[in-house]
Amino acid sequence: MSKSMSAVKQAIPAELGGETDVAMTERVAIAQAVAGRKVLPVVEGVVLVAALLAPLVLQDYLTVFATRVVILALFALSFDLVWGYAGIMSFGQALFFGSAGYGVALLARDLDITNIFLVLPAGTLIGLTFALLLGGFLLLGRHPSSVIFVSLGTLTGSYAADRLARGWYYLGGQNGIPSISSMTLGGYEFSEGPAFYYLVLGILIVVYLLCRFLVRSQFGLALAGLRENEQRIAFFGYKAQHLKAIIFAIGGAIAGLAGSLYAFHEGFVWPNMVGVVVSTQVVLYVLFGGSGTLIGAVIGTVIVEGVSFWLSDNYRDIWPIILGVLLLLVILFRPLGLISFVLGERERVGSFSAKRKEKRNAAP
Amino acid sequence: MPLLEAAGISKIFGKLTALDGAALTVGENEFHGLIGPNGSGKSTLMKCIAGAEVPTQGKVSFVNTDITAFTPTERARAGMSLKFQITSVLPSLTLYDNILLALQAQSSLLDLVFSRTRGALHDQVMTMLTQFRLADRAFDAAAALSHGQQQWLEIAMALAGKPKLLLLDEPTGGMSLEERRVTGELLQPIKQHCSLVIVEHDLDFIRDICDRLTVLDQGKVLASGTVPEIQANTSVQEIYLRRA
Repeated sequence: MSKSMSAVKQAIPAELGGETDVAMTERVAIAQAVAGRKVLPVVEGVVLVAALLAPLVLQDYLTVFATRVVILALFALSFDLVWGYAGIMSFGQALFFGSAGYGVALLARDLDITNIFLVLPAGTLIGLTFALLLGGFLLLGRHPSSVIFVSLGTLTGSYAADRLARGWYYLGGQNGIPSISSMTLGGYEFSEGPAFYYLVLGILIVVYLLCRFLVRSQFGLALAGLRENEQRIAFFGYKAQHLKAIIFAIGGAIAGLAGSLYAFHEGFVWPNMVGVVVSTQVVLYVLFGGSGTLIGAVIGTVIVEGVSFWLSDNYRDIWPIILGVLLLLVILFRPLGLISFVLGERERVGSFSAKRKEKRNAAP
Repeated sequence: MPLLEAAGISKIFGKLTALDGAALTVGENEFHGLIGPNGSGKSTLMKCIAGAEVPTQGKVSFVNTDITAFTPTERARAGMSLKFQITSVLPSLTLYDNILLALQAQSSLLDLVFSRTRGALHDQVMTMLTQFRLADRAFDAAAALSHGQQQWLEIAMALAGKPKLLLLDEPTGGMSLEERRVTGELLQPIKQHCSLVIVEHDLDFIRDICDRLTVLDQGKVLASGTVPEIQANTSVQEIYLRRA
């Protein structure tokens, strides 16, 4: 009895504190009912439809804002893979985002290269390379590195890149690189608006589906083991550190892709983009929405950015305080993020058996 | 040539000498019990063999290879498997996934990414679950199991990679009498392909299942031999068997 209770207690965190046994039993029943339901595809579908319809109902300036949010959601996915799925606390995800932004800005400024088929792969490659270098250094020691070591290492990397960008004249110093020309496809120029929106949405969907494929594969099962108990799976014979370095590099590549889109969308890059502020921002998106679910990262970005946008319009002076309190409340009472209001623990973790359905059908 | 040979193992934690020249030799298909009073260094010796601790001095050989400096991953790939004293099944994963995770440990990266071994391993997963009497709970989260069942799941996971040597640290800790009996039954068939080192407090259990015993006291080997030899050993009786 008490064992299954503790299992459910993990699924329904925090506010459970002093419940009576009766209330607990009810909770168990609810949790079991929720576990059997397939909530995730529904949430994904709703978000997808909303995203597809957005430019049709939004005013132009809001479509520009929505485009930025979609790019940031792509960035959030990169952090979610790394932290939510592999348990690597990267406090320097902006390093890959921003360095790719700077990279494509330089391509556009100095070499006049703006073709979408050149700049996006270039940005992705820059993110991947930096993540391989930093990840190799931080994760591939002879012994597993601690969470603190990795988070401080990534934080330092991001901070150092910020300082470097501020001091380097070639990169525009404090001002960054302004007026980047538009991204092009043949003679077509992507400027802010619905076309750019649907471009980044399409990219987000493709990357999302690739991530979804990855985290539901046997590789995803290995990641689930990794984040729950790294030592245990090393004793099975997994090369745990290699797995971590690989997922860290993939995360870096996605962050790089997002960063290059961001640079062309905003039309400029500046030192903050590689720095600690943006690194922290992406952590908040994912914690707020729900780490360890891909859709949670997307929802978190939309809500944090949407709420900040609305608050800054309506409560000009105190909006950061309100936002801060909201974030604190979620992290205190919903450590698994907003998505945990609708999604049970069992479905969040998922099942990796290929033959589960078959088995279910066979046994009435 | 023995399967496992640990010789002259010392482990010093600051001022505490946990092991002082301990030794352990295990042959093929041998069930070897490691006993001794609390604090005699059983678990530490086990950890030094499994690679969870690095011995201060001494040498561990496994299948004629010096593995003293191997990481746990390298030891696992050489055919050694460990069941932890504290159950460390992965609680939020299903039983099925726990076993699959253990079975697929040595699949290549591409096989994992494209889930190429998932179909092939399905039958093995179900066989292991059936063997350990857990098949009907295959799709429950491991956290929902009783303590004894979690231990069985853990043993099944430790056996999944078809190890040559299985290290079991207190497999019956916290189990009821009935669960202990079943654990003994579950372990018997393993003997055909695997050796076993067991650390255990339950002496009846150990006498029933083991071929040979090594008794540790204060980090040193007090005696080593077959079960009847150890039972007849007067110094062992003095420090240990009498108290138990």
